[in-house]
Amino acid sequence: MPRALRHALLVLVPVVAAAALLPFLYSNQLLLFNFVVFLTLAQGVNVIYGFTGYLPFGYAGFFGTGAYGFSLAVIHLHMTPLPALAAGALAALLLGLLLTPLLRLSGAYFAIANLAASLAVFQIVSNPNLEDITKGPYGISLSGVFSPNLSYGTAVAFMALTLGLVVYLRNSRFGLSLQAIREDAISAGMAGINVVRGRVIAWLLSALIAGLIGGVFAWYVSVFYPETVFSPDFSIFAIVFALFGGIATITGPILGVVILYGIYNTIGISTPQYFQLIYGLLIVGLVLFLPNGLVSLFRRWGIDVP
Amino acid sequence: MSLERANAAAAEPLLRVEGLVKRFGAFRALDGLNFHLMPGEILGLVGPNGSGKTTCINVISGLYPPDGGTLVYAGREIGGLKSHRLVHLGINRTFQVPKPFLTLTVKENVEVAATYGGRNGATFDIAGLLASLELDSQAARPAAELNSVQQKMLDLARALATGPRLLCVDELAAGLNPAELDRVAERLKALARGGVALLVVEHLMGFIDQVTDRVIVLNAGREIFEGVLADAVKDRQVVEVFLGTENGG
Repeated sequence: MPRALRHALLVLVPVVAAAALLPFLYSNQLLLFNFVVFLTLAQGVNVIYGFTGYLPFGYAGFFGTGAYGFSLAVIHLHMTPLPALAAGALAALLLGLLLTPLLRLSGAYFAIANLAASLAVFQIVSNPNLEDITKGPYGISLSGVFSPNLSYGTAVAFMALTLGLVVYLRNSRFGLSLQAIREDAISAGMAGINVVRGRVIAWLLSALIAGLIGGVFAWYVSVFYPETVFSPDFSIFAIVFALFGGIATITGPILGVVILYGIYNTIGISTPQYFQLIYGLLIVGLVLFLPNGLVSLFRRWGIDVP
Repeated sequence: MSLERANAAAAEPLLRVEGLVKRFGAFRALDGLNFHLMPGEILGLVGPNGSGKTTCINVISGLYPPDGGTLVYAGREIGGLKSHRLVHLGINRTFQVPKPFLTLTVKENVEVAATYGGRNGATFDIAGLLASLELDSQAARPAAELNSVQQKMLDLARALATGPRLLCVDELAAGLNPAELDRVAERLKALARGGVALLVVEHLMGFIDQVTDRVIVLNAGREIFEGVLADAVKDRQVVEVFLGTENGG
């Protein structure tokens, strides 16, 4: 069996099936929806950081842009949800294109510049003078298109697409070329790889993922403020989840979300002080002993983790 | 002169470098460099530290654009083209300090170069290449686990996987033991017999003597001697540059 197919059957199918079926067994759909959102965002971070090496500290910028692209298409252009999702994705892609010059930076400089760019978009969207267009700081209300079941299903579909993309990257020559660029851009050039093209494609794919899931988020919650969707928490959580599990793998970010977001929802709200203690200890322990994430533990034992 | 050499001499040079200039701020690392390279020829590039040898390779391989002069390869101007374009035209190099893709396996390192830079199509024999550089037993290990000599061989494998017609070799011999030196020298000569033009930068004069047909001596970004190594060591200017003058210096 080809490795990609095995990975799809072992990881993609069970995760998507669980996400699709759990709402019938468990009544808190909002919680499940948030899991789906973070599973998708963590994989989006995986595409750009895991495979290409750029840490997107302002990843929430694409998420918020997708949410606003969707909402403004519904409000001003009276689009139905599905075309509006395409509008949100397009908005995130355009922002990604606008920010491609940032790819000239590397390491912390890229992370800071990306964070600044995301904050700039947030400031523009929440500017009271743009109230007629973006509703400014007063937020969005989309009661007309509210449809929790349909939007939940769409989110699961986008998560499945994202997982499919990561399975492809993990098993394809294109994914290998991205990893080569991450390891050494100069050697990658001398291996005949078009470094700029590879980076831009990975960057736009990760922007597209965040834009799509951001649009679905707006559709699902249907009432939100700029600070909700541009919250740095989305960037930080997605990055921490991906790193915790292990980047450049398919299972790593999934494990990270299930474990860390699971702990967050179990005790993060009821007893935040213990939550912060456990979170802190887990992350410190991981950075010290498993800097390549949980899955590197299995690799150490000689198990090939998808 | 062998028949093969005579044919090569009659042919057009594969690479023609004329008045090449590369500046870093006010410093002229290459200051009007001229030389040519025939298909199947091994040209040594020697000179003291800082004389522009590695810069010359960096410009030829597209790491930096030239600031002046012309670089004509196979009849076309290539100055300023990006590395991956040059690789597709048949130019490749090794690095003084090898930069393999550390988390990828040895096989993947070569595979990615054969796939993206390969001029031989999908038929390229990766296993054979690894075996010829004694890397076959390491094929499944991450490149990070190789020792420095193996990393140099992997860097050479990465370059060879793209099927180059012009190969620049930057201090490949440094750190190799005598047996490894002999093998690498044989390997480079075999490439040249197959028609590949080689530009070899090296400090080990024994190695240069063993592999090159001709040498260029560089000083301060300019060639000061062109000919065979045996004559270079008798050249007054070359001796001065390497050893200083009798008056001290």
